Amino acid sequence: MKENNKLDVKVTNSSMVTRPIRRCFPIFLLPTFAAFFIGFIYPFLKGIYLSFCKFVTTSNATFIGFDNYIKAFNDASFRHAFGYTALYAVVSLVLINLIAFLLAYLLTQGLKGTNIFRTVFFMPNLIGGIVLGYIWSMIFNGILSRYNTSILLETKYGFWGLVVLMCWQQIGYMMIIYIAGLQSVPGDLMEAAVIDGASRWQTLIHVTLPNVMPSITICMFLSLTNGFKLFDQNLALTGGQPFKFMADGTQIRTTEMLALNIYNTFYGQAASAKGVAQAKAVLFFILVAAISLIQLKATKSKEVQQ
Amino acid sequence: MSKKMQTKTDTNRKKMAVTVCLTIVSVIYVMPLLMVLMNSFKNNRYIKTEAFSLPTGDMFVGMGNYIKGMTFGNYPFMKSVAFSLIITIVSTFLILLCTSMAAWYVARVNSLFCKICYYLFVFSMVVPFQMVMYTLSKTADSLDLNTPFTIPIIYLGFGAGLASFMFVGFVKSLPLEIEEAAAIDGCGPLRTFFLVVLPMLKPTMISVGILEIMWIWNDYLLPYLVLDRKKYMTIPIHIQYLQGSYGSVDLGAIMALIVVSIIPIIVFYMSCQKYIIKGVAAGAVKG
Repeated sequence: MKENNKLDVKVTNSSMVTRPIRRCFPIFLLPTFAAFFIGFIYPFLKGIYLSFCKFVTTSNATFIGFDNYIKAFNDASFRHAFGYTALYAVVSLVLINLIAFLLAYLLTQGLKGTNIFRTVFFMPNLIGGIVLGYIWSMIFNGILSRYNTSILLETKYGFWGLVVLMCWQQIGYMMIIYIAGLQSVPGDLMEAAVIDGASRWQTLIHVTLPNVMPSITICMFLSLTNGFKLFDQNLALTGGQPFKFMADGTQIRTTEMLALNIYNTFYGQAASAKGVAQAKAVLFFILVAAISLIQLKATKSKEVQQ
Repeated sequence: MSKKMQTKTDTNRKKMAVTVCLTIVSVIYVMPLLMVLMNSFKNNRYIKTEAFSLPTGDMFVGMGNYIKGMTFGNYPFMKSVAFSLIITIVSTFLILLCTSMAAWYVARVNSLFCKICYYLFVFSMVVPFQMVMYTLSKTADSLDLNTPFTIPIIYLGFGAGLASFMFVGFVKSLPLEIEEAAAIDGCGPLRTFFLVVLPMLKPTMISVGILEIMWIWNDYLLPYLVLDRKKYMTIPIHIQYLQGSYGSVDLGAIMALIVVSIIPIIVFYMSCQKYIIKGVAAGAVKG
């Protein structure tokens, strides 16, 4: 009886809060929803529709089925951009996470000046991609001009240049996440390991690492999606140069990544390629969404284990 | 005893070594920015060949690059700075206000429509900008949202996902009893929100605000596609435009402009460093 009463009160109380709010829909939810509709829902749905169309402007689109997708798959520059992006994403993922973890580990050892180091390492993360690209193109060209070459002349310079640039930008960011993870490892676990006679290395492998696994998963996927979505830095550092001309007259921008390839297909080439560009954008979306879904699964299963 | 002393000095020595190593790495870390500063005082001709030497003698041009950069390319740089500031401040304010209100509504009403909205917000976080960029810029054009004063609506729309998601998560952790008490005391929803809920949202406000400021200030592609570029530019667009549109680029002027555009970021970072690092970490863990 008492239990019942309590429940009743709770229901009336919460509807006491809810009902007046519900009436205020135009003030609370409508502005955001309207903007969200203009800025996301409508462009997204229209984008999917247009990927099945041939069009020059959005108003005169004609439905052509899967043609755009077939063209996108047959586009050598798109396939090259995919391979290049995947290679870059994996290389940068490994380097960024290794260095960031090392720095985070060193910075949680109670050294003097930890705060200053943290401040310095995090700073490049605040600078925008375009500016970063020009800063580093100046530096790389300063080095390479001594050997009478430039970052725009060789694919491998462009690749490693981008890796160095992104390491500089992202290491501090991942380091912050790793520091948070390392600080949440229970101190008594560490003490127990020391009492049991574990060496520093053994403690790291068997006690610390399993406990920071959630942070590692987050950082891995963050750097992977960042790698795939990279645009500004790619545009500013090399803009896809050097170009390679194929036998059939098409050209491949050898340092062009997926996002830039889509952009160039939209705005660079013939107006008739816009449908193909939109199809590429849909494929790109599916790829990024798939990575995010896998991440969701990975973090969920980790949570169950704990 | 002496052995213990021995190990203690040993670990101290190791710590010293690590500190020295980290100091060296930090110096390397700051180098690129110092080089930009150094080269911004250097004559354009020497930047490419003598990028690593100090601007001495012939190479030194004083503030020349800065003066040239400000008026370079028939569009005053200060105008771009002003537009960047307007867009960033108005958009961030709009996003914080509207999405916090929307998130409270979604979390408290919890109807079917609210649930759909919530899942759409979450879904929008995984959609890359390239997916919607063409249709979005066309939509913005046809609705006359292509000025710095109306582009915040686009930012609100495209940025609503992450902001609402973070706010909803926080609102759900707030005890309902406080709002009930306010309702009993005769507060309507508006007063309850602004006088009771909003103050409690402050930590999330700061995190979201910092994420949005960093995104919008540095954003290049969205304003580039949406804004009417003949009339309006932002800092990233301006720098890209100078680099891209001239045969022989004046690197000196560009270095000067980069310095000018980084200074506000550094000042912002130094003044609220604690919140920035916290906010960014919170955004990463949730997004």
